[in-house]
Parts: sequence; C-alpha cells; structure tokens
Amino acid sequence: MTVNEKELAERVIRISGVNTKKCMKCGKCSGTCPSFEEMEYHPHQFVSMVEKGQIKKLMESKSIWTCLSCFACIERCPRSVEPAKLIEAVRVCVIRQQGENHLKANAVPEKLDENMPQQAIVSAFRKYSK
Amino acid sequence: MQINENNKEFKPLIVAFCCNWCSYAGADLAGSSRLSYPANVKVIRVPCSCRVNPMFILRAFQRGADGVIIAGCHPGDCHYTSGNYFARRRMTLLFSMLDYMGIEKGRTRVEWISAAEGAKFSATMNEFVETIHNLGPNKKLEDLRCKE
Amino acid sequence: MQKIGVFVCWCGSNIAGTVDVERVAQAVANEPGVVISTDYQYMCSEAGQLKIRQAIKEYGLTGIVVCSCSPRMHEATFRKTAQAAGLNPYMVEIANIREQCSWIHKDKDEGTEKAIILAKAAIAKLHLNTPLKAGESAVTKRALVIGGGIAGIQTALDIADAGYEVDIVEKSPTIGGKMAQLDKTFPTLDCAACILTPKMVDASAHEKINLFTYSEVEGVSGFVGNFKVKIRKKARHVKADLCTGCGVCTEKCPSRKAPNEFNQGLNKRGAIYIPFAQAIPNVPVIDTEYCVKMKTGKCGLCATVCPSKAIDFEQQDEIVEREYGAIVAATGYKLINLDNFEEFGYAQNKDVITSLELERLMNAAGPTKGTLLRPSDNEHPHEIVFIQCVGSRDVSGCGKPYCSKICCMYTAKHAMMIRDKYPDTKVHVFYIDVRTPGKNFDEFYRRAVEEYGVDYIKGMVGKVVEKDGKLLVQGSDLIANEQIKIEADLVVLATAIEPDPSVKNLATMLTASIDTNNFLTEAHAKLRPVESPTAGVFLSGVCQGPKDVPETVAQASAAAAKVIGLLAKDKLTCNPCVANSNELLCNGCSQCANVCPYGAIEYINKEVNDHGKREVRRIALVNEAVCQGCGACTVTCPSGAMDLKGFTTRQIMAEVDAICK
Repeated sequence: MTVNEKELAERVIRISGVNTKKCMKCGKCSGTCPSFEEMEYHPHQFVSMVEKGQIKKLMESKSIWTCLSCFACIERCPRSVEPAKLIEAVRVCVIRQQGENHLKANAVPEKLDENMPQQAIVSAFRKYSK
Repeated sequence: MQINENNKEFKPLIVAFCCNWCSYAGADLAGSSRLSYPANVKVIRVPCSCRVNPMFILRAFQRGADGVIIAGCHPGDCHYTSGNYFARRRMTLLFSMLDYMGIEKGRTRVEWISAAEGAKFSATMNEFVETIHNLGPNKKLEDLRCKE
Repeated sequence: MQKIGVFVCWCGSNIAGTVDVERVAQAVANEPGVVISTDYQYMCSEAGQLKIRQAIKEYGLTGIVVCSCSPRMHEATFRKTAQAAGLNPYMVEIANIREQCSWIHKDKDEGTEKAIILAKAAIAKLHLNTPLKAGESAVTKRALVIGGGIAGIQTALDIADAGYEVDIVEKSPTIGGKMAQLDKTFPTLDCAACILTPKMVDASAHEKINLFTYSEVEGVSGFVGNFKVKIRKKARHVKADLCTGCGVCTEKCPSRKAPNEFNQGLNKRGAIYIPFAQAIPNVPVIDTEYCVKMKTGKCGLCATVCPSKAIDFEQQDEIVEREYGAIVAATGYKLINLDNFEEFGYAQNKDVITSLELERLMNAAGPTKGTLLRPSDNEHPHEIVFIQCVGSRDVSGCGKPYCSKICCMYTAKHAMMIRDKYPDTKVHVFYIDVRTPGKNFDEFYRRAVEEYGVDYIKGMVGKVVEKDGKLLVQGSDLIANEQIKIEADLVVLATAIEPDPSVKNLATMLTASIDTNNFLTEAHAKLRPVESPTAGVFLSGVCQGPKDVPETVAQASAAAAKVIGLLAKDKLTCNPCVANSNELLCNGCSQCANVCPYGAIEYINKEVNDHGKREVRRIALVNEAVCQGCGACTVTCPSGAMDLKGFTTRQIMAEVDAICK
C-alpha cells in the first residue's frame, strides 16, 4: 500500500487531533525538550513539517523513537498545540505501515517468557496486533 | 407574493429588517454605489436587530411575504453593544420553530452587514431573492383572510 | 385621523430618472388621511422646505411623509422644517426612494411600484406616530476620576484646566500609580519620576482638583449628568489636617516586617509608612495588619514621637456621598500572577524577577539605591537573561491570550540601560516576535542590538533551574535550530499585564461592560474609543487595553475632552425614541432589566388603577435619560408592556402590512 504524503499528513493530523495552524513559532517546546540533543528533528520542527506535509522525512528519522513522551512540550506550549501528540501520531503511522511484518497474534503465546511482566505483554499486544 | 398577471411570473416579496446603524447604512451604501438588487426587497428600518419581534416575521409571512431577512451589525460591533446577540439567539429559536411548522429554513435569514459593506448587502439580497425564487411562493402561513 | 402631507422629491434626476415621481404622488393621494400629495425637484432646498412649511399651515397637517433620500441624510433637515412650521419634529417620516429604490433599480415601472409601496408604508407608520418630546436633564458640573495613576492625573488636570471641578479617587495612599515605580521611560529614557512628580504636584495644588487617596468607590447610582457616588475614605489612622509629613513616625516605627509594595516587596517597610518620598499627599498610613499597637495594644511609639499629635488609632472609615456629571474609569493594571509558570521558577528563585521588580532595582530611589544587585546575595549579575511574552499570547489557559504591548519596548530599555551602565554584563533576550510599532520605537530596539550589543535570541525559554548558585536557562534558538543553555545570574520575566481586579466590581457599579479579559469595553472600537457604552462613563488608560505611557496620556486627554464636552452643557437633551412601559400590562417580572445593556430600567411600587381596581404593583420604570432606545426589552417583555417610542410594535406592524399588501 503506497500512501502519498498528503494523505499521510491528513492521517497524522486526524490521529493527533492537533491544529498546527495554532502554532506561533515561539520554540518553547524545543526549549523545554529534555531529549533535544538526541533528536534529528525537534518538536517545533514536527509542527512546521507536518503543516508542510513532510511526513515521510519524519517517519524515517529516529527522532520519533528518541522522544521520551514526557509531554513537557504539551504542558508548556502557550498555544495548546501539543507537539508530542504529533510525534506519537507519526509513530503510529510507522507502526501501522509495518503492520504486515509483525507477528500474528496467535504466534505470540509460544514466544512468551514466563518472567515477562504483565504490563509488557499487554503493551506488546497493543503494539503488534492490528 | 405578487403574481404578474401577464406572464404569471413569480416575483417573491422579501421583507428586510435592517438596523439603523450598520445594515441600513450598508443598504444606503449599496444604493450610492449603484449596486443593484431586485426591487422585491423592501427594507424596514429598526433601531437595532434586537428590536425585531418574532411577531413581525410571523405577520409578514401571514400577510404574504415569501422571505424575511434580518440584518444587523457584526457580532461585537453592535451600536448598543449586545443587541445583535439577542437577535441571533431569538432568531435561531424562531427559525427552528418555523422550520418545524414547514416554513423552509431558506426563507428566513440573519445576516451581519456593516455600514461599509454595500457590496455584501447587494450580494446578499440578490442571493436571497434567488433562493426564495427557487423555493417558490410561501403558502404555509399565508392568511387568506388578510387579502381583499 | 391624521392629516398627512406627502412630498415626493425628484432629487434632480437622481430619483426622477428611474421613478415616475408624479405617479407616486398621485398613487398615494387617495390613501386614508392624505390631504395633499405633491412633488418637487429638490425638497431639501430652501424653496422645497418652504413648500412643506406652507402646506403644513395651509392644510393644518398633523404629519408629513417625505419621499426622498435616506433618512440618515435629511431626516434631521425635514424635522427642523416641520418644527419651524409648528409641527412636532417626530411627526415626520421619510420614505427612502433614492438609495433604496431609484439608484438600484433600472426599470422605471419597477422603481415606481416600489416607491409607491415605500411611501404607503411610511404613511401607514405615520398614522400611528405620536408627538414626542425630548426630555431634558440638568448636568452636575463635576467629574469623578477613578484611579490616580498617570491616566487619572492627566484626565483630571485637563478637565480642571477647562474650569470644572474634578475628584480623583485612588485606592492606595498616594497618587502616581505604576508610573511612579518606573525608573526610565522609553524611547527617550526620561526619568519617570522627573516627568510624573510635577504632574502629581500640579494635581494636588490645582484648586479645582480634590484628591480622595486611600479611598474606594462603594456605589454608583444615577445616570449621565447626574451620578451619585458613595466613596469610602479608608481610615489612615493619621489626621491628615494635622500631619506635617515630617516622617518621624515612619522612622521610629519598630515594626519592619511589612513588604514594601512600592518596591514590589523587594524590601520591608514599617507599619506606619509613606509609600515613597514624593508621595502625594505626604501623609503616612498605618498598616493595621502589621501595627503592633493595633494588634497587641502595646506600642504607640508613633503617637509619642509625633510632634503634631496627628496619630489617631481610633479613626474610622468615612463614607462620603458626592454628585457628578461624568465618571472616568482609569483603574490601570497589575502584573499577572506567575503561579501557572513554574517552569521559570519565579516562586523558587529570588533571582528570577519580574520587569517591574527590575525597575525598582535600577531606580535610584529603590532598595539598592540604583545599583543593580541580584536579590539573593546582593552581588553584581554578570549574565542576565530576559524572557519575553511570559503569560502574554497564551491561549493554554495559564496566561492571557492578548499581547501586553509594552514588554518588547521595556525589555529593550532594560537591556540597553544595563549594557550602558555595566558594559561587562552579558544580556540575552529571548523573544518570539519583537513588536515595536510606535514613533521611534523600532529605532530604539535596533539601537539596543546594534549599539549596545544586546543578544536577541529568537525562541522561547523552556525552563529555568538553579544550579550551583547560578540559574540554568534552557531555551531554543530557532534561527540556529539549537537548544541553548545559559548560566545566568539574573532572569527577568516580561510578565503579562492584566486589568486591576477592582475593575470587575466597578464595571458592575457603572453598568459599563467588560470583555473576556476584564478590560472595559469602549462604545465603538474604532469611532468611540474613550467612551464606555454607558452614557457619561469614559475610559482612560490601561483599564481599556494595554498601553504605554504616551498612549495612556493621549487617551487620558481624549477622555477629558469628552468629559469637558459633556460638562459644558447646561442641559442634556435626551433621545425621545426610548422604551416605555405600560404600567397596566407590566407584571414586574424583571426580564427587561436583565437584557438592558444600560441598566436603564428600575422597578417601583406604584398604585395603579386597573379597571377601577386600585392596587399597588411592582412595575418597570424606564429612565429616559439612560435608555438609548435599542428595543431589546420590547421583545423580551412577556406581557407586551414594553414598547419603543418612535418604533412601536404597532408602527412596525403597520409597515409590514403596508409592504405585504
């Protein structure tokens, strides 16, 4: 399934529920981000790049995995733009795209480690089942 | 409603209530800019859109009007600060009731037209007349006893 | 039955070109009540008006309809004409057959038909017209200014200079307001005190100005020209008439615990104090919360040392009632509370300060005598970070959605002054946008950057934390796409401003409206910027919206001009087209008062004669001097008791009927 960038941008906006036009480009999100140095694209860039529809670059970058989801950017944004929700939405897009490569749900029990914490099992199900 | 005897063409009758400070001045500006709209629009001047009693609208329909439009200042610009908000609330309720009674929503309208928007006044009236023309004559509320 | 004259104007060819004026005149000649119907080239001309006047006398007309241009153009003209012929000016109706007929229609038949209908509608309305008389009310030639900051002082001075009495009510012990706390003023870097204190002295010395300091407005009643105001003079516990202002009491007071409001709480003051050296009046106040005598009964040192026996621990609040013709609100602003912005650590770190605190730290009369020392250890700061838009332009609910307007300029001022005085200090300014729309404002900001080397960083600060006695400021530099960390000695927050909280209560008392941010709203955003929608109430300064000093002074003088214009009149003519309640129909339900934007409706108990039955009822009474005639109450009234003179329900119905025939 090939999805063009416009559809991707719409999907990211739909999943996140973020209105990127509310951003006044103050940079407080990136100013507050504890994971800034580890990120290739920074929180404020996520907002402007989603607005410009450059989703593929974001999906390929490792920034989405270095975001700690600490939500400091959401907490401190003066315009309630909520960049972390955009990052999460891009992450979801990547996960959904990779859906085919993932384990089938019924293959999971065999691979389960008895010592694995309950929470990890639940989140694994959430992540790998479609 | 007026039926032209010669060709039986439907000419809708529109009553427009315009507030003295914005929309009536907007209508004047449409006039002085020579922006034409159909002659079947007749304007009644009221001090503020909040002076428009729902009774006036019912009376107009009863007497044979095909459409009624209320025009006031833009939200926040009311000469009396909040009159247009009252009008907006009252008309929302009235229109939904009229709709329930079978008077189509298109026959009634509230528009915000400022004193500088002569072009908007004319465009609104042209469009409104067009809408009413498509809806056809108003029969629902017309009280035939009112006619000689 | 009315005797009506119809006068159709040609307006040269403006009307006659597309409307057959003769046919219009003929078509309405047989309408009921019409005794004369005629047309003429220019009705508004001297000859045309003469024609109308003659017809009124000849036929004994009781009302006239003029079919001509818009009533917005010549209604007043024809009303005067009617009046000159002995007719009530409100027995005139205009049918607008130019702007709303001849000018927009091309077909002559169509235009003529419409003109006839418009004329008939005007005739139908005129049948129901009644002579109206504009009421008059006297004007009390005194103005009240609420707030004694620069806005209030300027307004009062201008009104007083025009020869009218003015009272200033100020809630704090001295006039001067926020401007007295400032060090320098942009963009010229005048010393604020040097330009303000002479004005304060002028105000106190002016024979027409009466100061009520340490006083608050408790209640307002009445209407334009005739306000009655209750003023509470709070007890100073010092007899102002005996006090010489020597200040011995303030020096001897053993209590040193109260935060000094004038210095933004940066140092302490005694329980008996004069806010600052140039305070007017120069009379101390006892702060009962901190006074040992007031709390324990043991002290009274001030009373002992006072050479003029002015201390009075028993003094009580006093209520004064005064009458005014006009009221000016000049209540000013305060900084917002920073509790929602814990990322900047204002509450945790002494060295994170607001800009107003910095003003005091740099002021020669401030707690550090003008030497810039950081509050925590009284050391010289070597690296200072300014953060702009703290709480401004914030729609997240933590701050204010509007731009506070003054912060860009005062931050540039502070940065420039620090670089000028202490060239070894590094100064960084985090900004989102630099907004400098004002005369010489952008030049000023550029000078801070180019001549004084202030480091402007486009970006916002994310957090400020203390680290080894320094403040670690972490923010973003959007141009460089970097996150930068600065170890600063002092962080200055350009804190958003909000209207003084007293304005909410005051707006209710004045029936003036406030917007969602608690700023007082003006009567018209563009054309009536210094008047409130309530007649006789005017706005001056930041209570209406964020402003810097020059703008405040300009608005203050504008408000004064409006007040002078009002007070110069001996009598006010009221608009006679006002609401009127029928006392027999009114059931006193209060709904009309709820929708009235002017508070013009009050309720009285009145004995009414209802079909021979006499009883006392609660009924609505419209104050004709306050009512502006919008008609909101007429539609709200469930019993149909409210009507609007000049636009009665029956009149508008008659127009509807005439149009829909």
